[in-house]
Amino acid sequence: MDLNYLLQLFISGMTRGSIYALIALGYTMVYGIVQLINFAHGEIYMIGAFTALIVATVLNMTGMPGIAVFAIAMIVAVVYSAAYGFTMEKVAYKPLRNAPRLSALISAIGMSYFLQNYVLLAQTSDFVSFPRLIPKFRFLDGFGGMLSSTQVIIFLVTAVVMVLLTLLIKFTRIGKAMRATAQDKTMALLVGININQVIAVTFVIGSAMAAVGGVLISSHVGQINFYIGFIAGIKAFVAAVLGGIGSIPGAVLGSFVLGLTESFGTGYISSDYEDVFAFIILVLILIFRPSGLLGKSQKEKI
Amino acid sequence: MKKRLVIVTALAAIALLAFVGCADKGPKTIKIGVAGAHTGDLASYGLPSVKAAELVVEEWNAKGGVLGKKIELVVADDVCKPEVATNTASKLVGDKVIAVIGHICSGATKAALGIYKDAKIIAISPSATNPPLTKSGDYPNFFRTIAADDAQAEVDVDFAMKKLGIKKFAVLHDKGDYGKGFAEFAKGYLDAAGAEVVVFEGIQVGAVDYSAIINKVAASGAEAVMYGGYHPEASKLVSQMRSKGMKTVFISDDGVKDDTFIKVAKEAAEGVYASGPVDTTKNPLAIKAVEDHKKKYGEDPGAFFLNAYAATQALLNAIQKAGSTDYDAITKALRSEFVETPLGKISFDAKGDAIGVGFSVYQVQNGVFVEMK
Repeated sequence: MDLNYLLQLFISGMTRGSIYALIALGYTMVYGIVQLINFAHGEIYMIGAFTALIVATVLNMTGMPGIAVFAIAMIVAVVYSAAYGFTMEKVAYKPLRNAPRLSALISAIGMSYFLQNYVLLAQTSDFVSFPRLIPKFRFLDGFGGMLSSTQVIIFLVTAVVMVLLTLLIKFTRIGKAMRATAQDKTMALLVGININQVIAVTFVIGSAMAAVGGVLISSHVGQINFYIGFIAGIKAFVAAVLGGIGSIPGAVLGSFVLGLTESFGTGYISSDYEDVFAFIILVLILIFRPSGLLGKSQKEKI
Repeated sequence: MKKRLVIVTALAAIALLAFVGCADKGPKTIKIGVAGAHTGDLASYGLPSVKAAELVVEEWNAKGGVLGKKIELVVADDVCKPEVATNTASKLVGDKVIAVIGHICSGATKAALGIYKDAKIIAISPSATNPPLTKSGDYPNFFRTIAADDAQAEVDVDFAMKKLGIKKFAVLHDKGDYGKGFAEFAKGYLDAAGAEVVVFEGIQVGAVDYSAIINKVAASGAEAVMYGGYHPEASKLVSQMRSKGMKTVFISDDGVKDDTFIKVAKEAAEGVYASGPVDTTKNPLAIKAVEDHKKKYGEDPGAFFLNAYAATQALLNAIQKAGSTDYDAITKALRSEFVETPLGKISFDAKGDAIGVGFSVYQVQNGVFVEMK
């Protein structure tokens, strides 16, 4: 098929990839530092979307312009979800820090169910409409509907978030502490790094990014319910594993690979097998690179 | 001596019995079976039919019954299981019913129908929707007062091609039993009618974004999307299509004809077509039937109540019109006579599907579903 079609599939793949990346970063960072797969991470994304919905509904009544409402809703959602992430770590994972890894994993699954059902009871089991906050951008008219304004916002915000994260990890004190903790927890402790603080900050940052993803995709798709976090979370987790869990650039790369695979698979073969393509890629990559695309191979020291 | 006396007495008694038997020509009542799930998991589907039959029969009996005889109901439980349904059917045959209202589940109905067919007993189901039950032509004794599973697809395809003049379709579904079933039936009807199906695919329920499949539909040049599934995915698809500026017609099924769809999709929902059961809420007979049920049982009627009510009415009416309990006469009357029921004015076609029962196409106009006539 023609180039135009290829480009459209590329854009839709990048859209998915961006959302997966925002969630996958949280998975991979947490894993990198505490070797825990935080299964409740998808729920944080969902809570972010719900918070933004509530804030946006209230602000819309004041007649504020859509893009301002979007920005405020996003900030509130980020703060709120970060608080959830922080609390979750303190309640569900910190007491199990020295327990076998399986206990923490079970705790994570429990947390996931708890949060889903909490939103189900506190909010609703129905799908609810998410307001269209992002106006149509005039300058996109020239592209003939190839790129929607929400997609532009998704790309922009994702890029900004990633640059900020890189700066944070590379050039700040806490970033350095995070890298140190990821490398060797005991050693980091010995040189005076406050590990508890580092872990808490990791959860806060991961949750904040998931919330950004939740708000972005909800305003793109236009509806949410309590269950959206589960599927998005699973896909993002696959992306993180694909890229090499624990590796930050790996999570981003894995997410885009996954998003593009799904999109091209749907476009050129059939959407019946969308998930099949995703998992075939995962299996193939894990066969040839067991630690993921950019993951470091782990050498067991004896 | 004593022995002889006993024998004589016995003979006399037998003669007396025989005499009594001769005096009564034929049974006093007309027996009608009501079969379906009355216990077990699916009892809530079967019990409303019993109540519906009871209400109709009570009304007729109060007026003197049918053909001058009282009507008697024989209620039999099949638990919705095919293996039990054959026993249920044999029992009803043994009880000499002339017709059965039931069964409820398609599988159980199919199992029982062969037995009824051999015994020349009519069966009218209020709820068995499996298409081959009528369309195969295997069971001339079978009728139903509910539309078959593929009726929606038929109505939608007919509407799209004849009323909207669409020739090129993209058929999408959610890969579930209901959605995929609808999509496959729709494709069958589209192919038969000479339409072009350019895309036929399942979509991933719950995916974060559907722009890839929407791009595919746009690139295929389809004039209409026919979607089999429920409203959450439908509203995502429609919203994303509209925000991309696509004006492609969107036609869907009963799973989308839900007010939540309009609430969630908002302005994108405008103009969307969806099929749904013909509206009976304004039918005075339906209102009366529901009122009678509330009066007698103190609650709102359950599933398929109106269908069973209509089935019983149609049957009694046919017996009345036929003027006998003869199998051929009744089936002929069922096919030729129209009767006023809570579902509207109905009759049956040659295969046993009800004419006048089924689905209409609705369109979202200014935030509500409006029936397209």
